[in-house]
Amino acid sequence: MNFWGYSISEARVVNYDKNDKAFAAYLAQKAPSSKLCIGCGGCTATCTAGNLTEFNIRKLQMLVKRGENEEARKSLYKCMLCGKCLLVCPRGVDTRKMILAMSEYIHRQS
Amino acid sequence: MDLLGKQQIWKEYQKEIADDNFFYARSCIRQTFFPGSEWAYLDILRNKLHKNVVDDPRHTTCTGIGYHSDVVPVETIMTVVARHFALMTEAGYENLTPSCITSFGIYTEILDTWEHHPEIEEKIREFLWKATQREFKKPRNLAHTSDIIYKFRNEIAAQAVRLLKDVHTGRPLRGVDHIGCHYAKMFPSKGIGGAEFPAVLSGMIEAWGGEPVDYPERRHCCGFGFRNYLVMANRGFSVANSKKKFESMQPYEPDFIVANCPGCAMFLDKWQYTISEMEGTTYGKDGYGIPVLTYEEMAALVLGYDPWEIGLQMHQVSVEPLLDKMGVSYDPDKKYCNSRGESLGKPQCPTYLKVK
Repeated sequence: MNFWGYSISEARVVNYDKNDKAFAAYLAQKAPSSKLCIGCGGCTATCTAGNLTEFNIRKLQMLVKRGENEEARKSLYKCMLCGKCLLVCPRGVDTRKMILAMSEYIHRQS
Repeated sequence: MDLLGKQQIWKEYQKEIADDNFFYARSCIRQTFFPGSEWAYLDILRNKLHKNVVDDPRHTTCTGIGYHSDVVPVETIMTVVARHFALMTEAGYENLTPSCITSFGIYTEILDTWEHHPEIEEKIREFLWKATQREFKKPRNLAHTSDIIYKFRNEIAAQAVRLLKDVHTGRPLRGVDHIGCHYAKMFPSKGIGGAEFPAVLSGMIEAWGGEPVDYPERRHCCGFGFRNYLVMANRGFSVANSKKKFESMQPYEPDFIVANCPGCAMFLDKWQYTISEMEGTTYGKDGYGIPVLTYEEMAALVLGYDPWEIGLQMHQVSVEPLLDKMGVSYDPDKKYCNSRGESLGKPQCPTYLKVK
């Protein structure tokens, strides 16, 4: 029983010191073009999955770079690998390879 | 940047503080949770600094807690504040010194509103006259009581019985300061150092031999925020703010926390107990908490007041580890005794937070 009637809220803070950066390092190694991303969101705008669900590929990459891996893992499976994002990226990021590398990492971890 | 340029810029972060003849406005929270603080402040001003200060018993709450919780309308709080100004005018004073940061913010906000909207001021004057047959002059100088102590920090240092130093090692005690949000975040020009470079408390720590710590979350809110706390369902958010501050300051191993807002001092003190009960976490050494002082208590300790006389036994976190470091002599048996030496009864011990 909660004697207090409330509990301590989790702070919504990105903790760069404590977060695990191994995922981001793996991604940078396997899909080096992901480092070219400027976060313009073109990929998200054209994403079919993003039209139907909360999936956001720009956010996904940002989460991995911040080390917020759990949230990234939860949304990754929504990608259908159609590759439309590949066509619109102004920096030539191989987004499909990026997604596959992420899936591979998560699969290996589990 | 050369030194002259820095000094020039720093001048913009100063404020005018009256020298004498203060009209004192008490704080609801401070006189309830830290009653010795207000007594110590008045005693220091009158008997150590020989200043003239009036403490009018007819003074009431500013209704700031109700105002910020959306239960007191703005016209009501303005009329209540106008009555405070009338009491000050009737007493023949012009320098208003509120003890509470919320009140300080309220007074500042109302004076600023009246400056930009004289028609509102006229309406409030009419309300006050109809309600109480009183008239008032606006204060010539408005300064928070921590501003007053800051102004006279060197005079206090000159009379110091002990400094903020570890008497066993000679090391300056590390103090983390917490400035109330309503002190300078709403009107930065009204606070010493503004909202970015808060100096009112760190200036005192430095003047009295301590070492102020510029920890990362120094400017973060304690989480009081009125409706964040008054509604029970929101308290988890409130305590999360204090927790964030404790986690930020803990690596610096501070010897004490000092706050100038009564609500902040209360929360930083009491939430340490709450967090310890909920999560088993304590932030001081050996299972103790980090002692929390009001700036009046800090000044009083430096000036050699008895810790039980200034009400340090009212704190949730034990202050004895700090007193031991400072070399303050105290009688543990008198901790929970009143002025006649009668026992007040001992409070229950927390489960995790160590207390003496």
